[in-house]
Amino acid sequence: MSDVLTVPKSRRNIEALLLVVALGVAISANLIVGLDKDNPLDSAFWTQSGVLAGLALIFHLVLRFRAKYADPVILPIVIALNGIGLAMIYRIDLANDTTVAESQFLWTSVAMAASIAVLLVFKNHRVLRRFTYISLIASAVLLLLPLTPLGLEINGARIWINVGFGTFQPGEIAKITLAIFFAGYLSTNRDLILLAGKKVGPLQLPRFKDLAPMVVAWLVSIGVLIFQRDLGSSVLFFGLFMVMIYVATSRFSWILIGLLMIIAGGFAAIQLFSHVSLRIDSWINAFDPEVFNREAGSSFQVVQGLFGLANGGLFGTGLGEGRPDLVIYANSDMIIAALGEELGLIGLFGIIMLFVLLVSRGIRTALGTRDGFGKLLACGLSFTIALQCFVVMGGVTRLIPLTGLTTPFMSAGGSSLLANWIIVAILLLISESARRPAVTGPMKDSFPDAQDFRTGSLTRQSREVSP
Amino acid sequence: MNQAIRSAWLVALAMFTLVLGSLTFVQFFEAEALSDNDWNNRSLLQDFGKNRGSILVDGRAIAESVPSNDEFNYQRVYNEPNLYAHLTGFYSLANGATHLESVMADELSGTSDELFYDRIVQLFSGAQVQGASVELTIDPEIQQLAWDLIPDGQQGSIVVMEPATGNILAMVSKPSYDPNLLAGHDTSIVLQNLEELSSVPGLSPYFNPATESLVAPGSVFKLVVAAAALESGDFDDESVIPNPAVLDLPGTDVGLPNFVNGGCASQTTANLEFALEQSCNTPFAQIAWDLGAEAVLEQAQDFGFGETFGIPVRVEASQFPEAPSEPELAQSAIGQFDVRVTPLQMAMVNAAIANDGVLMKPNLIKALRAPDLERISAPEPEVMSESMSVDTSNQLTDWMVNVVNNGTARAAAIPGVEVAGKTGTAEVSGQGDNAWFTGFAPADNPEVVVSIVMQNVDIATGGQLTSPSGKQLIEAVLNK
Repeated sequence: MSDVLTVPKSRRNIEALLLVVALGVAISANLIVGLDKDNPLDSAFWTQSGVLAGLALIFHLVLRFRAKYADPVILPIVIALNGIGLAMIYRIDLANDTTVAESQFLWTSVAMAASIAVLLVFKNHRVLRRFTYISLIASAVLLLLPLTPLGLEINGARIWINVGFGTFQPGEIAKITLAIFFAGYLSTNRDLILLAGKKVGPLQLPRFKDLAPMVVAWLVSIGVLIFQRDLGSSVLFFGLFMVMIYVATSRFSWILIGLLMIIAGGFAAIQLFSHVSLRIDSWINAFDPEVFNREAGSSFQVVQGLFGLANGGLFGTGLGEGRPDLVIYANSDMIIAALGEELGLIGLFGIIMLFVLLVSRGIRTALGTRDGFGKLLACGLSFTIALQCFVVMGGVTRLIPLTGLTTPFMSAGGSSLLANWIIVAILLLISESARRPAVTGPMKDSFPDAQDFRTGSLTRQSREVSP
Repeated sequence: MNQAIRSAWLVALAMFTLVLGSLTFVQFFEAEALSDNDWNNRSLLQDFGKNRGSILVDGRAIAESVPSNDEFNYQRVYNEPNLYAHLTGFYSLANGATHLESVMADELSGTSDELFYDRIVQLFSGAQVQGASVELTIDPEIQQLAWDLIPDGQQGSIVVMEPATGNILAMVSKPSYDPNLLAGHDTSIVLQNLEELSSVPGLSPYFNPATESLVAPGSVFKLVVAAAALESGDFDDESVIPNPAVLDLPGTDVGLPNFVNGGCASQTTANLEFALEQSCNTPFAQIAWDLGAEAVLEQAQDFGFGETFGIPVRVEASQFPEAPSEPELAQSAIGQFDVRVTPLQMAMVNAAIANDGVLMKPNLIKALRAPDLERISAPEPEVMSESMSVDTSNQLTDWMVNVVNNGTARAAAIPGVEVAGKTGTAEVSGQGDNAWFTGFAPADNPEVVVSIVMQNVDIATGGQLTSPSGKQLIEAVLNK
């Protein structure tokens, strides 16, 4: 059994309280931005605030009835992040005379509705396990879609498709379907992967045929990198598979194999693709005038982002007082630089703490749930959020090369919002099953997972006894 | 499995910690270096969006920020642009800022330490940060008069100053320009305007002629040599110096002549009073030989030569050649050869003589005012150097009064007021002469110093544009 005690309390009232705080943060941020306008309290402000609060309320009520024991902190955190993101996008709209915030708000509504729908359609997350192989096919289709005539190439990356009323990035959804496939595949086959295979020195090497998921992961991420020129997503996919395989097997050998594959893939990518080597070059030599001023692969964007962060300093310029609009893609890839400029280091610390809490609640869910599939899925999805934050924020601060990724829940981008809100729904579903008190009396339906799990931990224990 | 999940969580925490560390590095430790980076135009752009303080003259704004309907929110506007252009300078997006707009940038934009308290108040009251206003010592009537006294098309500068405080009452130069042409937000138009302005002879928007142009002083420099002579103790009012019409310059085949049509020819010897009165060249050349170049240079430095400083606009260092040969020293003694002064420098020489030998640092700033017009600070008069003894200054004053009463500066005389003055004409090879008048009044209790230079003129025109103008300016100040 899980070694984490579950709390047999609903905690929905705490969620309601936290939601009020989160909505307060989101709406007042929007109001402060609006104060720069002649008419800050216009109808658009009231509509947006009303719809956001209404959707949050509906979400909360759905949880009350459908997932009473779901984690109470996840939804308020996400509402706060989404709201701050909306306010910043609106603020950059005001500077650039654009209307991105409107569509972002629309996408927020769609994403929240989709998230609610997931909660309503799926009684619990274990149903998703039935879609293990369908998810694999769906992932392949989603990832290949941009390469079909439907696909669009924007700024050299072919990761979008045209869906009539706008563009959509299917890779974002593939993140979820791939997580489902891996959770399903690994929870079913982990015994085989664990026990079969040769032992070389301290490392228990897997059998070649059990390497399949690893190879798929590697192929997918390299394929994305080659055909779609999307460095960020390929790092993200690879990280997702790595963490899920590691969690499934608890074997360090898999990490080692994975790292070797990353090194091989990365080295090949630098050699083969000019855009990858340019990225690396503009990361290391960002302040070289030649690199700064060149046409392709210039460090202009990252350096401008750094200037913005520096301008914000410790306390920030205050919302509406800085010049985040000087940075290219200030409302999407570079939204962290915009937030850092106007809210300062202190504001970003707050935002990052929200992400840390969110990821921690997801991990807590993984620890608390009783089935291997749920553990893998919750852990994989939570870790993906952390990794995505690391890749984008590390890129903006020049800790690692800058890759085009969205900041979850904050950056402008409908597909990213939709995918992340669906992840929220899945995490809430898993947390519901993790926190729901054990059913007394006859179980309504039995799950082999629980059995799986018990043998799983026994296996681990026996391994520990006789290595 | 749970152990692995915990490890994954630790990895996630480690990644967030790395990001927090990296952010702290960028936003805290590196923030200043990044903000100072040459590629970072943020502070300039941000200042443009600020309500910058005004530059005030007698309560009226000669430069102010008015709301504009573009992305910068404010437009810098110069009222009476040509009259004050060389003082205010300009504040542009593409070409930076000059003169007061540049040297007082911290105060005008509100980032100066003196405004810290106001910034805190504005932070908490939510009011937009507003810069301080800078009030100048300029008297608008004197400034206007000085402007009118330089004919359009004539290149020249006038400085009017209070000797006891160093406060500048007027500082004008022509040709001038309209800084509004360079303060626009459309960079391409500004660049075109800048190019056109730069093609005007004698004009640069980056350069204030009254404090930065180095011109040959001619005979007004004799005041410095006379001061050096008295300070040396080797000369006094009874010293008699040979006054040949032409002085042979050793090692050359040219001589140094007195002015052919002047009064010098009436005497073959001269005391210092007469030599100054008629501005005789040959006695001063011999005095300089007696004193040595070192002594003249030291006296010049006591008047501020060789020093670049700010009033707060930049003042170029006036020059006296180091280690000149004998013929060069003779030429230098009468303000020729490589002697170069700013118009302000000659005002400073006169101010030191007028103020009992004490040179006060010239100053343009009367007060710094907070956005609510409350006076934040006002600079105190500052002693720049002790240029000479009181006796020397009194003696020089007497001789300069004599120059106005009986000598070359008679056109500066004012009935009922003792005016001290000295004229000068410097020959500049390749163009017309520089005509000078410098002086102060009243001689017994000086209230005003003027320094006038008209460049590239013939002697007759130069005479009309200098001493009579000095008289008008002195009268205007004394009648206040």
